Formats: sequence, C-alpha cells, structure tokens
Amino acid sequence: MTAPDTGPSSAHWRVSQSTRAGRFGLLVWAALLAAAAALPWWADASYMRLATEFACLLVLAQMWNLLAGYGGMVSVGQQGYLGIGGYALIALADYGGINPFACVLLAGGVAAAVSVPTAALVFRLQGGHFAIGTWVVAEVFRLVASNTAALGGGSGRSLQAMREFARALREPLTYWIGLAVAAASVTGVYLLMRSRLGLALAALRDSEVAAESQGVNVRFTKVLVYVLSALGCGVAGALYFLMNLRISPDAAFTVGWSAAIIFIVVIGGIGTIEGPIIGTLLYFALRETLADFGTWYLIALGIVAIVAMVRFPKGIWGTLAERYGLYLFPVQRRVVRDP
Amino acid sequence: MTDASSQSIRAGAGVAAPPLELQSVHKAFGALKVLEGIDLTLAPGELLGVLGPNGAGKTTLFNLIGGEERPDSGTVRLMGRRVDELPPHRRCRMGLARTYQIPRPFSNLSVFENVLVAGSFGAGRNESHAHPSCQRALALTGLAGAANQRAGALRLLDRKRLELARALAAEPKLLLLDEIAGGLTEHEAAALVELIRGVRATGVTIVWIEHVVHALLAAADRLVVLAGGRLIAQGAPQAVIRDPEVQRVYMGIEVG
Repeated sequence: MTAPDTGPSSAHWRVSQSTRAGRFGLLVWAALLAAAAALPWWADASYMRLATEFACLLVLAQMWNLLAGYGGMVSVGQQGYLGIGGYALIALADYGGINPFACVLLAGGVAAAVSVPTAALVFRLQGGHFAIGTWVVAEVFRLVASNTAALGGGSGRSLQAMREFARALREPLTYWIGLAVAAASVTGVYLLMRSRLGLALAALRDSEVAAESQGVNVRFTKVLVYVLSALGCGVAGALYFLMNLRISPDAAFTVGWSAAIIFIVVIGGIGTIEGPIIGTLLYFALRETLADFGTWYLIALGIVAIVAMVRFPKGIWGTLAERYGLYLFPVQRRVVRDP
Repeated sequence: MTDASSQSIRAGAGVAAPPLELQSVHKAFGALKVLEGIDLTLAPGELLGVLGPNGAGKTTLFNLIGGEERPDSGTVRLMGRRVDELPPHRRCRMGLARTYQIPRPFSNLSVFENVLVAGSFGAGRNESHAHPSCQRALALTGLAGAANQRAGALRLLDRKRLELARALAAEPKLLLLDEIAGGLTEHEAAALVELIRGVRATGVTIVWIEHVVHALLAAADRLVVLAGGRLIAQGAPQAVIRDPEVQRVYMGIEVG
C-alpha cells in the first residue's frame, strides 16, 4: 500500500483485550471457585444438590448464549441434547459398564455426535423456522426415547450403576464434577469469544453476507458452534441425571428447559458471559423464595420477565456494562495508543 | 466501440493470468433478464470503471464475481481459475475483496474489529499478523481515530469508509468497489480518487462501479457501460463518455 504517512497518532499502536475490571474479575473468579470447591465441608447435602442443579442450568445458559447471543442462532431445542446426554449416561453406565462419573463427558460426546447430522437438517432453516425446527427435532428425540423399551420407554428408568457408590462419596463427587463443568463452560466460552473463531462468530451474527465475503466460512463456523453447544448441553444433561438418579422422556426433553434458559439469559444479559451467571442466580433466588406459593411463583416469574424486558432490554448485565463500562470477562479488542 | 484500450493490451501481455475473466455470462431472475452475454477480461493492475443506469445489472455483476449468485450460463474466472463452484469466502481467500453499495457493517463490533475480520480471515492470517494491514487500512480511509467506536454508531459516510477499509485490510489482488463515492463532497471525492489510484499503483486490479462520473473519468484506465444487461460500450474513458449511444442511454440525452 502506498500509505505515505499514517500519522504520528498511530505509530505506537497495539491491541489489548484486557480491562482493569477483567483483571479484578479473574481474582474474584478464583476466590469464588476455591470457596465453592470447599462446599462439601461447610454445607449439607441439600445445598450440594442445589449447587449441582445451579451448575447444570449455568452450563445450559452459557451454551444457549453462545449459540443465540453470540452466534445469532436462536434455538428452542437445546433440551434435545440435554436429554440425549442424560440417556447416554444411562446407556453407557448401565449397559456399557462404564464408571457413571466418567460417563458425564462421554455423554457430551454422544450429544455432539448426534448434533452433526441434525445440523445438516436444521441449518436448512432460518430465523423463526430454525427456532421451531430445533424444537421439533427435540420432540423427535423425546419420541424415540419414549419408544425404546431398553431405556425405560415412556415412564423412564433409574440409574442403576450408581447403587454401588455410597452416598457420602456420590454426592460430593457429583457436585465437584458440576463445579468443574460449570467453570469449564464459563472459561471455554470466554476463551472462544476472545479467539479468532469468536471474532468470526460475532461478525456473522451481525451480517452473514459480509462475513462470508470477507473470508469467513460462515457455514462451518455455525455448525462448529452448534456442535460445541450440543456438547455442553449433553454434559449438563448427564450431570443433571447423575444427580437425579432417575430419567424420563418428559423430564429430559421438556421445552420447559428452553423456557428457563431463555429467561435466564435474556434477563441476565444476552451476548455477555456475565449475563447467564447473573440470570441463573436470579432464577434460583426467585425459585427458592417463591416455590411455596404454587402458581404465584410462575406469575411472579412472568412479571419479572416482562418488567426486565421493558425496562432493561439488554438484560441486567448488559445495562450495567453499558452504563459503567464494566467488563469482567472482556472479549472486545481495543486499540491502545501508547504515548 | 469494442476495441480494448492500449492500457489493457500493454498490461495483459500474456504474462500473468487475467485477474478476472467473464465469458458470455447470463443471469435472469425469473422472467427478468438481468445480464445477457457479458464478456469481460481485466488485465493485471487495470482499473476498470463501470457506468450504467439503475437496474442495469451492475450489482448483480458483482454478486456473480463475488459468488453470492451463480450465473445461469457462462463462466467466471478469477486469477485464471474457474470459480463456478466456489463459495464467497473461498473467492475472498483467492484475493478478491468487495464493498457493498449499502454498507453491511458488523454493527456490534468495533471499527477495528470489523477491519480485523477481513485482515485475518480474508488475508488468511492469524489475528496478530493482521494488525499492521488493519492499521494501514484504517489510516488510509481516515478511520484510525474511530477504531474503538461501535461500527453501528457510525454515520453513513463513515460506514462507506469502513466498507473500503475492510476491503483494503484483506489485501486483495482484485478489488470490487460498489458506489463508494456517492455523497462525498468534490474535495472528498478527489481524495478518494487519489486513494484508489494509490491502491492500484501497488498492483491491485480494480473494478469500480460509480455514478459519480468525474471520479471514474479521473481514475479509470478503461470504462465499460452496462445498460439493459449488456455492455453497450467500452474503451478509453473520455471516448466512451462521448459515445452517442452512451449519452442517450446513460445521460438521457437524445442525440440526433
């Protein structure tokens, strides 16, 4: 290029992806993780169960946010992979004789494998059709599970391989796996969005045509992220039913999962890593305080959703981040001019 | 007026393959014939201007070259290679970059990140190796000061600059420009012409669609006029613009 003079202002220019809040966030993050890892020593089993469930929903929320918030692929069918993860756990542990704790990761692999041919199907659809298409696929998975006698048919079955593990071992181990998986999902999405792949994903969300014409393999990027999201949802599903010890098609494949996940991500702040964390906290806070009020609980949830969406369309974290320039997980690349 | 200009004969002396070659390209949308038998060959380093009234098929021509659309018949060659089956991102990696008439910024990314997509994916580099070309592209287009701004917040003129910056950051061999001078003041248009000539001087072959005729006259080696899906004239810019048929079709001037 013949650029004769790019000006003195650009002579010392570098690109930074960290912020002060980000460095602070790393410290907070490490401290929280350490405290959480010690939970089995300072809390009883009911809290461990609650925390494991929290981990499942956090992973699901991060995976849905990766797909919809960062990639613009609004799926209403991620419960399909959650259910496949749960059933893969049963099949691998009870029939395959594999250690059920090790099956959590393997189940994620099964969900990812199923998502590859599924992607070929659902990516023929766009926008609203894609959303409904993913839901239909999840329903098909539910019907397959309901009609497979070996997996317990319509009434489901329990995880028998867990009988050989004492409760005192089973509960903390399940919890620790949950903690590790939740930390991995947050870290994984963070690193992915800071990477070249994350840049491509963010670009194609805004304009697929422009991203494609600038060298981004749009199709490959979308399928890759879809498969990664399925992997995460499969792991979360296996974890959930490892804790629950019992699975049924209706529990595994209900669209209620998607409703909860979308509530969490949209209220917390879509397209941010902090949003799903805050959304999951809020969701559990509401559920634990209002669960005794029956139907009122659902009405309260609806009111929170409506108010939040009208007042804070970018979600709680999106609004905070915009107002205070706060990024605990910075993924933006900023140009810094050194004086 | 079908003679190739002396410029393209000199530059295309059989050394390198033509960066772009179209052979009897046809394209119709339903009953509407948009392009009918387009033959066009560019010499390496040539700057070709494309004129034509609205609806003449200019943007469709770019879409066929870029790969967003496929021709119904005929062939498109880039750097001597048939690209009929290649998707746009593969053509981009072969050295093709384009701007869009209606800017398509990545609205939620910063201006720098917008350019980085092209600099990294288009030029096939990892991110940090793309930084210098991105920095140059932003400086050349006057966007360096806006590097950290959200692209969605840019004014229309800056969005057009961003289109050009992204295309330059990909460091293309063949550059397609779709109406980038519209809305510029005379002074700004002159600066843009200088910029484009500077890009060409580095060996980049350029096809420039433009309604701002004086910009094309100042920059182009050769001019073609597209009307009703056909090339009705081509040759040296000053000669083409005085062609009675061109004046009738494009300028709306009836000549005896």
